[in-house]
Order: sequence, then structure tokens, then C-alpha cells
Amino acid sequence: MHDMSAHAAAHHAPPSGFIRKYLFSVDHKVIGIQYTTLSLVAAFIGMALSWVMRIHLGWPAASIPFLSTLSPNGAPGGVPTPEYYLSLMTMHGTIMAFFVLTAAPMAGYGNFMLPIQVGAADMAFPRLNMASFWVTFVGFVVASATFIIPDGPPISGWTAYAPLSAVGPAAGPGQGRGQDLWVLSIAFFCVASLLGSLNFIVTTIDLRTKGMTLSRLPLSTWAWFINAWVSLLAFAVLLPTGLLLLLDRVGGTSFFIPGGLVVNDKVLQHSGGSPLLFQHLFWFFGHPEVYIIILPAFGIVAHVMPTFTRKPLVGGWKVITYAMIAIGSLSFIVWGHHMFVSGMSPNMAMVFSVPTLIITIPSVIAVLVFAFSLYGANIRFTTPMLFCLGFISLFISGGIGGFFLAQPAVDSYLHATSFVVGHFHFTMGLSAIFATFAGFYYWFPKMWGRMMNETLGKVHFWLSFVLVYCVFMTMHLMGLTGAVRRYSSYVADFMVPQIPTNRFITVAALLLGAVQFIFLYNAIWSRFKGPKAPDNPWQATTLEWDTTSPPPFDNFDGRQITVRHGPMEYDADASVMQTSPEQSIAGT
Amino acid sequence: MPGKAFAVVVVIITLVIAYCVITHVWWMPVDISAHGPKIDHQIEETVFGAGILFIAGQLVLASFAFLYGDSKGARKMKAFPGGAKSLIVFACVVVGVEILVLSFIGSKAWASVYFTPPDPDSLRVDVQAGQFAFYFRYPGPDGKFGPLHPDLINEATQNYFGLDTDHDADSKDDIVTAGLAIPVNKPVLLTLHSKDMGHSFDVRELRIQQDFVPGIVIPVHFTALQTGKFEIVCTQLCGLGHYNMKAYLEIMTQADYDNWLKQQAAMQ
Repeated sequence: MHDMSAHAAAHHAPPSGFIRKYLFSVDHKVIGIQYTTLSLVAAFIGMALSWVMRIHLGWPAASIPFLSTLSPNGAPGGVPTPEYYLSLMTMHGTIMAFFVLTAAPMAGYGNFMLPIQVGAADMAFPRLNMASFWVTFVGFVVASATFIIPDGPPISGWTAYAPLSAVGPAAGPGQGRGQDLWVLSIAFFCVASLLGSLNFIVTTIDLRTKGMTLSRLPLSTWAWFINAWVSLLAFAVLLPTGLLLLLDRVGGTSFFIPGGLVVNDKVLQHSGGSPLLFQHLFWFFGHPEVYIIILPAFGIVAHVMPTFTRKPLVGGWKVITYAMIAIGSLSFIVWGHHMFVSGMSPNMAMVFSVPTLIITIPSVIAVLVFAFSLYGANIRFTTPMLFCLGFISLFISGGIGGFFLAQPAVDSYLHATSFVVGHFHFTMGLSAIFATFAGFYYWFPKMWGRMMNETLGKVHFWLSFVLVYCVFMTMHLMGLTGAVRRYSSYVADFMVPQIPTNRFITVAALLLGAVQFIFLYNAIWSRFKGPKAPDNPWQATTLEWDTTSPPPFDNFDGRQITVRHGPMEYDADASVMQTSPEQSIAGT
Repeated sequence: MPGKAFAVVVVIITLVIAYCVITHVWWMPVDISAHGPKIDHQIEETVFGAGILFIAGQLVLASFAFLYGDSKGARKMKAFPGGAKSLIVFACVVVGVEILVLSFIGSKAWASVYFTPPDPDSLRVDVQAGQFAFYFRYPGPDGKFGPLHPDLINEATQNYFGLDTDHDADSKDDIVTAGLAIPVNKPVLLTLHSKDMGHSFDVRELRIQQDFVPGIVIPVHFTALQTGKFEIVCTQLCGLGHYNMKAYLEIMTQADYDNWLKQQAAMQ
């Protein structure tokens, strides 16, 4: 294994010159930072879109500054039209699900940390790695371009259900060029994810250094490794689905368009396609996708927590790893729970309900492992640790909503209400974001060589934690009244009484957004002015802390790394680096 | 200190949420359907079962954060005495029981809507969804629906279903309306058609939500037990006017319904 690692180091010498060093770099650390930065930019754009939606939902007549400049058609006088609201919603979902939640915790941190954590000098295929970032970047540019074309972005949601997404401009504004670009953007993202997954898998299997057995892999690496398999299988379905959709749009095919459709009093020249086929294909990707988002979050929390509890997780590496493998595998047979009321056979609803409930078992095991690992610990309440605790709380709350939505009869009432919006924001949204923040505060010293400000970090945590509950738990509760999602204004009589609730959510969401600028300020200030980070500021044990902050080009400065311990082998009080000689863990 | 603060915040959040749910600050509207009590019962059972897990989970997290802050060596660390095995057994048993209760006993609620055949004497109403309105069709005195011709659908001439009243005898007496009226206590069978996009038929008080899928005719049946006027809204994203796509369901006494249908027939 270590020979391969040496071989990888010989792949490329340290580059000189700005372009090869920072732009088209094959260094996994630079690529990791590029992904993380792209996700950060995407996150703030996605968040800004949600502010516009929230302001409009709370105060439908309010004029929003700059919006009419961005889109004179979409927001005349700064007030979004109903269709522009749907455009913003579509792009919020697309940007957040793909370019933030899928990209940051996996491609961002994973690229930077995975090779170091296994003791390698780089990813197995550095050029492929560079390609996956730049293809992702092109995908992001294409997605963003929908804002500047005359039609504006598509209005069919991030799920792009056919036939709304398939029949072209006749379906409404944004369904012309905007939807084409959207499909292309997703196709680019799929290609990048497939390349990235292959790289993660091969690197974990082939480039582990001497002594880095599977049982000694850090749990973050385990999570990225398992997740790469899930990504490989899921994006391999989304890519052709997107291409079939594109063919329906521009090639005159009818994969997803049935015969006899009448739009604007004209019968469309399509026949024989199935809208439900699109839903099946989309959710065959879409449900694993939410686990693609949450598994790296599990990995980060499992990696960060033991450092600050000063003790191993309950069940060591095995229980949480097996739970992640179970979740990743089961994630491929639960997709139909998105389709209970879709018109598929009601028998299938029962078939999909059972594995959906069963997948809660490994999820509950993971949560119990995290929570009970706090028992008897000496918890150091650093910012990353607080975000881990926040993750556990949010994931419990989000998981509870899953019990409701997994049952067809209950879902037939709650489907398409704000309960669902609250549920997925808690689970795949905010739980994943909290874990991503935990990772950011934890690895920042390693990635940029400087410490972040702890006080600002804690302020960021406390305000975010409380406000997240104000926003998304209120959505759950409002959903119990049957309040429908994807409505730009509350014109239905029964939704009018929820306007004050909506305003409360809007105010909380805007405050939550404002709080994120504390984080941004802290990150930028610390990047340039923060105190210099020591090699191992958290007394952690894994290999990324066994090198300088930031690590040298080949990660270990030519040192041959030999691993002798698992990452959670602590002695009575202090940690033991994975490379430490045997005698240093006397007392265990 | 941060551990104790975290515990207090989590407990407050948990109590506020529990209060809101227990006192029904936000809650479902009164059910008016024959099958609805089963769905409501299942929702309440889930609130109870999942609610206990929610409160227990948050309290365990809060108490550990409260108790096990860094003692700087004053307290010896200890492992969770039950070990991983007890957690796995607990998860399997508790969630397993929850799955058994929810999916096997609860499947009755789903079965009561979907696996029970409609009453043969049901009132049949055809529903046509399109961007961005619902239309309803009653079969008229002959009790038969005429065939649909998509190429004849025309908003301007108000031929929303694509009926050929010149040639199809069964279509001649079909009654097309913009609102759905039904008699109380009478089984109703709706057949859902969409002419363009995916739409959905959602009446909260009936506890019914069912998508329309273009190309497929989907049956839904129910019996309403109360008179009144309720909103039918579209819950499947169907385009720019989605938020504004609605119609009214009026549940009437049989006599009122008969009168209403006569008036509608006269207006065709």
C-alpha cells in the first residue's frame, strides 16, 4: 500500500506559477479548498434566494431592493411575480442540494482530508480530481446563467417533475432555455460526482499507508468511502435521467410525456411516455441523495466528537461504520415514499413504507451512539463540539418527522405541506450544515494554518441553533394545519390565518441569515489575521494533525508514515497519535 | 458552563414544542369524512409514539451535556456501562415495535382509502385538472359519461373536457361545472384526469390528497359526513399559477344537491 502512496507522490512535483498552483492545481488540498470556497459562495447565493422567498411570503407586497435590477421581468418594482418566486425556489433547492450540501462536506473536506487521513500524498487520480472540480464549477456557472437569460430560471422545482419540465416553453416562463440550462448544469454535476466518487474509492482502497488497516481508518474517511459508493450508484441514474429529459425537450422524444396533452388549447405531438417513470428515476437518485448529504455529516461528527469528549465512541469504529453501510444500502429501496400520493399503485405504498421505517433503525443506532458517547466524558465545549451537539439535537428532531412521512396514510395528509419542508430542512439541510460547520471550525486551522475566533464561533452557534428551531420547527407545526408548500402567496382561504406564523418564520429566517455573516466575517478575518495554528491544536489523533498546518505539498514532507493505532485509542487523559510507538499508550 | 447552557436551551426548546403540539396551537381542521377518523387516529398515535422518542432523545442529550463537561481531571472518565449492544438492542426493539404498530395496525387507515372498493351506488364525478383550474363533470340523467377528445379541449368555448356533444350521445346530457357539489352521507367516486401537467386534489377536511397524472385516470372515493363549503387546492407544482389553483367543494343535503344539479343542467 505504501508503495502506491510513494508512486502517487511522484505523480507531480510542486507546481510553480499562479495558474498551476492555485487555479488548475492537481493538489488535492487546493482542490478541497476550491470546492469549499465554491460551496461557501453557493451557500450565500442560495440563502439570499431564500430571503427573497421569505420576505415575499411574509409581506407579499414588499418591494425588495435590487431585485428589479436583477430581473426586471421577474420582479417589476422589486416585487417577485408568482412565477419568479417559483424560479427562486427552484434555484434555492438546486444550489443548496447540489452545490452546497453535496459538495462541501464530501468534495470539499473529503478532498483535502481523505488523502492525508490515509497517509497518502494525493488522490489516486490527481488530474481527474482537478477535472471534477472544474466540471462542477462549469455546472455552477451554467446554473447561475439561468438568472441572466431573458426567461429566467426554471419554475419546476429542484425535482423537475415531468411533464412540466419536459414540454418546453409552452409550460410557462422559465421552462424554455432556463430548464435546458438547468438540465445541463445537473448533468455536469453528475459527471463531476462520478469522477470524484471513483477517486475517493480508489484512494481509500489503494493509497493507504503502512499500517492503515480498515479498522484504523478515521470515521470521516469511512463515511466518505461509503458515500462515494452511494454517489457512484445514484448519480449514475440521475445523469441518464437528465439526458432523457433533455431529449424529450429538444429531441422530440416522449420518455416522460404521455399522448393527448393539451397545453394552451393545443394538443402536443408526443405520445406514450410516463410522468411517473420520471418520478421513479428521479427519486431512485433523490432518496440516496439525502443520504449522500447526511453520511459525510455523520462522518464529520463521528470524527470530531471523540476529540472533544476525550474518549472513543460507544461501539468503537464498527457500530457507526456498519450503521452507515446499512443506511447507504437501504437508501436505494425507499424512494417510493416520495410518491405515496403520486398515482402509483397503492400496494407499492405499503411496499415502500416498510423499508422506510426500517432505515430508521440504523439511523437511531447512529444517533444513540453519538448521544451515549457523551456519557462519562470530559466534554470540551469548543465551537466544533457545540455544532456536533447541535447536529445531534437537530437530527433527532428531523428524524421524528420521518416517522410521520414514512406512513402512507399520514403522508396523504402531510404531503406537500410545510411539514415536509421543515422535515427535510432539519435532516438533510440544517443537520448537514451544522456538521459542515463543525468540520469547518475543526479543520480550519489545518486548511489555512490559522485559528478561528472561538467567541465569534460560539455566538454563531448559539444564535443559529435557536433560530433554526424557530424557522423550521414552526414550519412543521404550520404544516399540521395543512398549509401548502410551493405557494408564492397565501390566497387560499384556509391559509390566510397562517400569515402571522409566516411572518414569524420570515423574521427568524432573516435573523438566521444575518447570523451567518458573523461566521463569514470570522472565516475571512481569521484567514488573514487569526493567530497562527499549531500542528495539532485540538490534541487530535489522526494523520492530518501529524503534519504542519497547513500541510506541505506532499502532505508529510517526505516522511514515511507508519500507522500503529486506531484513531480513537486514547490513554487515560490525553490522545495518542495514530503514528505513535506502542509504548506511548501505557495505561490503556 | 456551555454544557449547562446547552442543556437548558434544549430543554426549553423541547418544552415549547411539546406545549404547542399537546395544546394544538397548530392542528388539523375537523375531519368530515367517513375514513378520516382512522387517519387522524394514526396521526395522533404517531404524535404520541414519536413524541416520546423526541422528548426522550432531547432530554438524554441535554442531561449528558449538563453532567459531563470537562472536569480538568477532577472526574475520571467512564464508558457507557451498557455498551453498544444495549443501544443496538434498544434501537431494534423500540423502533421495531414502532414499525409493527405503525405499519401493520396503521395500514388499515391506508387500506380504508385505497384497498376498499367504491360503493357500487357511488355518485360518479369526473374531474379535469388543467393549468390552473379544476372542472367537474356529472353524467346527467343517462348515468353515462361521454368519451373525451383532447383535440376538442378549448378554453374559449368552455369545452374543458373535450366533449363532442354533436356526435356522442352520452355527452349530450353531461353537466360540467366549476365547483364540486355532492350530497352528504353519499359515497362519491371521483375519477381524476389531467389535461396537461401533474396536479393534485387536496381537501384537508376530507383527509384526501391525490395527484393527477396526465395519461392516467386515477379513482378516489370517499363519503362526506357533514354539510358545508370547503376548499379544493392543487398541491402538485403545475406552473406559474399553481398557488392560485383552487375550487370549492360544497356538501349539501340530498334535496339541495338535486336542486343544484338541476340548475347546473339548465345552464349548460
